[in-house]
Amino acid sequence: MATPTDFQKPQSIEPRASVATTSRIVRFLREFWHNPRLWFGIILLVFVIAAIFAPFVSPYPPLLYHPAVSAQGPSLAHPLGTDGLGRDQLSRVIYGTRISLSVGVASILVGGLIGTLLGIIGAYFQGWVDQVLTMVVDTLLAFPSLILSLAIVTALGPSIVNVTIALAIVRIPIYSRLARGQTLQVATEEYVAAAVASGTRTHKILLRHILPNIFSPLLVQATISISFAILDEATLSFLGLGAQPPTPDWGSMISDAQVYLNSDPWMMFGPALAIVLIVLSLNILGDALREYLDPRSSANVPR
Amino acid sequence: MARYILRRILFMLPVALLVSFMAFMTVHLIPGDPARILLGEYATPQAVKALDQQLGLDKPLPVQFALWLWQALHGNLGQSIQLQEPVLQAIQDKLPVTAELGIASLLYALILAVPFGIYSATHKNSWVDWLTNVFSLLSTAIPNFVLGLALIFFFAVDLRFFPPGGFVPFTNDVTGNIRDLILPMITLGTASVAVNMRQIRASMLEVLGQDYVRTARAKGLSERRVSYVHAFRNAVLPVLTIVGLQVGSILAGAFIVETIFLWPGIGQMAISSILAKDYPVVQGVVLLSAFAYMATNLLVDILYAVLDPRIRLDK
Repeated sequence: MATPTDFQKPQSIEPRASVATTSRIVRFLREFWHNPRLWFGIILLVFVIAAIFAPFVSPYPPLLYHPAVSAQGPSLAHPLGTDGLGRDQLSRVIYGTRISLSVGVASILVGGLIGTLLGIIGAYFQGWVDQVLTMVVDTLLAFPSLILSLAIVTALGPSIVNVTIALAIVRIPIYSRLARGQTLQVATEEYVAAAVASGTRTHKILLRHILPNIFSPLLVQATISISFAILDEATLSFLGLGAQPPTPDWGSMISDAQVYLNSDPWMMFGPALAIVLIVLSLNILGDALREYLDPRSSANVPR
Repeated sequence: MARYILRRILFMLPVALLVSFMAFMTVHLIPGDPARILLGEYATPQAVKALDQQLGLDKPLPVQFALWLWQALHGNLGQSIQLQEPVLQAIQDKLPVTAELGIASLLYALILAVPFGIYSATHKNSWVDWLTNVFSLLSTAIPNFVLGLALIFFFAVDLRFFPPGGFVPFTNDVTGNIRDLILPMITLGTASVAVNMRQIRASMLEVLGQDYVRTARAKGLSERRVSYVHAFRNAVLPVLTIVGLQVGSILAGAFIVETIFLWPGIGQMAISSILAKDYPVVQGVVLLSAFAYMATNLLVDILYAVLDPRIRLDK
């Protein structure tokens, strides 16, 4: 509501810089400084670069052990200290980024794709197809998600591939429900009716007309659920069900460090900080993406 | 009302059947012969065959499932290999221990979240609001095993306020039991504090903008009475759903927290059974936790319908 006093407020006047380009850079830097979200974007970028260029940026090979320097705190030679076998923690954290990010992204891609397809198909065809698919999704939802992934990993055996499969299955219901709800709305639009009337094949309608129009909420969900997949991967590896030694993995690194909690608490610090930072930046970017794509949506996205 | 409940339960039956099938299949998906895995590498073929027969593994899969389900319905979830006792017995023995931790964590999450959630909604953009936001962001990003280990390091190893783990039954030593409970409870409940707080804040903000709140203010009621009595009562409904969902995450979180804090509950038993390949226990725990979770969500739906009669008409 505009009140008369609004008009009397002094307008903030930006001082004109003599050179246009400098002012643009300054403005960019100022905006950047005042937008913490961008900071987290940079952090995520650092992780991605570290994962891709791990052999070039890590100071030591991740499996190189050196018993003489085992379980040491941070030093100049080893900024994050060393683990129980004298392996460089920083290098292992950098290599661990590869597993964490690839399991996170792969499980969301697979789970998201399957879930989305199930949702679209159910909503578009309705009837018994929809009922059967809804029941399957409800069954997956009946399990607390971590317990379901534990059960699947138990059945398939502990390995990083099986963890990815388990985390993908666990994420199917979220996407299926989301895609189903969105498709139900979109399917009533005129352009879909026009496509049907003009004899477009069904799979083309689903992929060309419906999918692009329900894509943005799915994308937002994906950004946020990658962080949950990363958390779950770390948890499963912490329990010894994910990455197997000597693979450098954040969860199993923390599990190894547990034994040294009394003597060398620093050992936990690197991998723990990495998990927290990557999850935090994915969550914050997901929020930003949601506001950008759909300013109306509420603050709660299901896990 | 009774019809609504009945319909919900009927609707749940096919899902319950599928859930049982999935729990049944977790063991049957394991590559190789379960009997051979149970008996170990050096078992004689005769022994494997005998166990196959005893477990009913020589019959076709649908028959096996039917037999297993029939047994499960009669309270027989099989025999634990590691513990040498019936699975149901083992779960029953450990249920109170897990329940204590779970209920304490849920309460902790609510008791902390309600005042802070309301305050940050009524004092939007204050420093408390800002702090609550930072806390929510952080606590959803910290995995519970990291939080648990950090708490052990600071409060048990360094400051020696609490024991680093273990469990004393409540009936033996009340203060000892509570001292053992504090750290695992905080570890398990903190993520839920954040979720509850956000939900309470969001639904309070929605309710506070409604006409009847303005009326209450216009009547001259104190701001505190308006927000804590009039608004909160209607803001609490969505929180109920969230708490229902939290039973699931608390149950799953208990698997990890109990393992870290050596809390001898169902979760710790499940993890050690997974690592020891004690499949009947894993199957039983997975099945029962899914059913507990389903029952909780049913209860929430029913409570919802009791508290908000409009819902019954909708469905």
